[in-house]
Amino acid sequence: MNKNKEQLLNKRYKAEQRFRLYGQSAIFMALLFLTIFIFKIFSTGYSAFQKTWLIVPVTFDPELMMLEQNPSKEDIQDADYYDIALKSMADLDLNANEDQENELKRMVSYFFEKEIKNELLNDPNLIGKTKEVYLTASDDLDQVFKGNYPRDLPEDQRRVSDYQLKIFDQLVVNGKVESKFNISFFTNADSREAELAGIASSFMGSIFSILVCLMIAFPVAVLAAIYLEEFAPKNRFTDFIEVNINNLAAVPSIVFGLLGLGVLLAIFQLPRSTPLVGGITLSLMTLPTIIIAARASLKAVPPSIREAALAMGASRMQTTMHHTVPLSMPGTLSGTIIGLAQALGETAPLILIGMVAFVNTIPGSPMDPAASLPVQIYIWAESAERGFVEKVSACIMVLLGFLITMNLFAQIIRHKFEKKWS
Amino acid sequence: MIKIKAKDVDVFYGKKQALFNISLDIEEKQVTALIGPSGCGKSTFLRCLNRMNDVIDICSVKGEILINDFNINDKSCDVVRLREKIGMVFQKPNPFPKTLYENVSYGPTIHGMAQSKQEMDEIVETSLKKAALWEEVKDRLHEPGTGLSGGQQQRLCIARAISVRPEVILMDEPCSALDPIATAQIEELIDELKKEHTIIIVTHSMAQAARVSQNTGFFHLGQLIEHGSTDKIFKNPDNKKTQDYITGRFG
Repeated sequence: MNKNKEQLLNKRYKAEQRFRLYGQSAIFMALLFLTIFIFKIFSTGYSAFQKTWLIVPVTFDPELMMLEQNPSKEDIQDADYYDIALKSMADLDLNANEDQENELKRMVSYFFEKEIKNELLNDPNLIGKTKEVYLTASDDLDQVFKGNYPRDLPEDQRRVSDYQLKIFDQLVVNGKVESKFNISFFTNADSREAELAGIASSFMGSIFSILVCLMIAFPVAVLAAIYLEEFAPKNRFTDFIEVNINNLAAVPSIVFGLLGLGVLLAIFQLPRSTPLVGGITLSLMTLPTIIIAARASLKAVPPSIREAALAMGASRMQTTMHHTVPLSMPGTLSGTIIGLAQALGETAPLILIGMVAFVNTIPGSPMDPAASLPVQIYIWAESAERGFVEKVSACIMVLLGFLITMNLFAQIIRHKFEKKWS
Repeated sequence: MIKIKAKDVDVFYGKKQALFNISLDIEEKQVTALIGPSGCGKSTFLRCLNRMNDVIDICSVKGEILINDFNINDKSCDVVRLREKIGMVFQKPNPFPKTLYENVSYGPTIHGMAQSKQEMDEIVETSLKKAALWEEVKDRLHEPGTGLSGGQQQRLCIARAISVRPEVILMDEPCSALDPIATAQIEELIDELKKEHTIIIVTHSMAQAARVSQNTGFFHLGQLIEHGSTDKIFKNPDNKKTQDYITGRFG
């Protein structure tokens, strides 16, 4: 009899040990996947924060620029920069033939003319002189410099020719290639050219969408939750509403996208591709999440607090507003943040309402066309050019950073609220 | 003088009847204890007196309850004003998760009883003094009320209840969550409070009922078996059931 008991006890201990082991391995797996994911993103993406520049001597020849003596600011603005820009590139190899001159030109971004112009606008005294100017390298050379380019492929299979590589290597040896922090990644809108593409448009688009979503979803959801939890009679009809709110939370996001397309764009004729429409669509998605979270945290407020307030002669409204709602706010806020974080990462509904369009301007209001960060990731991931690979990862890093900041912010607010109550 | 007059009060939870034909008179400025085994309906009856049963959807109350000759179950009765006159202290101390000051000043604030900050300070001070808590907390009025000990929290709840100068104070087993020392303090307090307030206390402890009350009502299975002066109920009850309960044969 005693021996049996001993065996049983041993068995129970062993079962517990096994259970711990399962738990630990589950956590290990989760961490492993997370680490692999983060490592992959960072190792691919970090180089996007660096940009390669070619340092090219430019002669500001007034004749080639069609400038007269003592030009005014407007003259400099309107001058012709194409010829001197072309010439300074061609001068990199004095023996180049016409084809090679063309290849030389393609070593920098198509933006090079403007970069030269800006240089002169900053310092008009340069007319007639020669100065070394920083020009954005083409995205392929950028990748070559970062060591991401398969140089050993046969020439006809790559976009960078042997001739370009030769000149580029010479420039590298002469110290005329430099890598600097890639400011334009944060200040430029999207571009078809990888070396010029930036996230400013999609970042602003995301911020505007989230703001619109927050301003619509939060008040509506909180009011709905308070009414359902504190005031509505408990009957079949409210049960039915509750079930449907839960169902709404489970509706695939693309369905909301279709709703946005069919109702907001087609019937209300709101401007296409704008954060306004995106935000409204996202708010439909976020609404049930916030309602459910707010109701749960209202439910979690101990009934004794309500009784205390009611017994003091507070009306139902006063009880709710003075006691129940403030106590439930931390939970409601964290639910809101979860909903917004979901909305921030949402791609499908935004694609349907046209926020996938190529937008090369930075939106100044929710009424301007914009992309959003996840859609930008999608657009770039679809692009064939090698230069976009690192951009995708970099954009994911920015999105993750955005999410982490939001969560941090929510935690701080939560902490502040909770301190007040305990 | 009779303060509260209950006439044929029936209470139903859904279809289940919880109280049967309760008729009870409550004397002004005395302590009335309601005793009886668990589930006998004494708390339910107490909650009828400030209409706290309204909060429970399925609960319905029938019959007349006259307070100052005014039927509180009448449609014309305003619950908010009723509860201003009839304070309540609950079984478990339930201070608001706010500062001590805010706890006590809440009632006077919502009922507009103080014109200035000074007046409010006075109300808070007198209420805390009456609740025998002032000396212990006067230096930390702006700290959270939830940081006090259980007994102090309960006295804070009493201070909160008397801050609006109610005529009647209902106490629903106010000492059941407290240790003997805190219980003794509250009992002393009740003795003091009855000078100005009519007090009705529900208690599980017969000793407590004997110590603090002048009148006692004995409830059993939703019926008021017997009521009268505490002396009589405890020494010479008319009913056999009361006798059995008092002597500890059941309950």
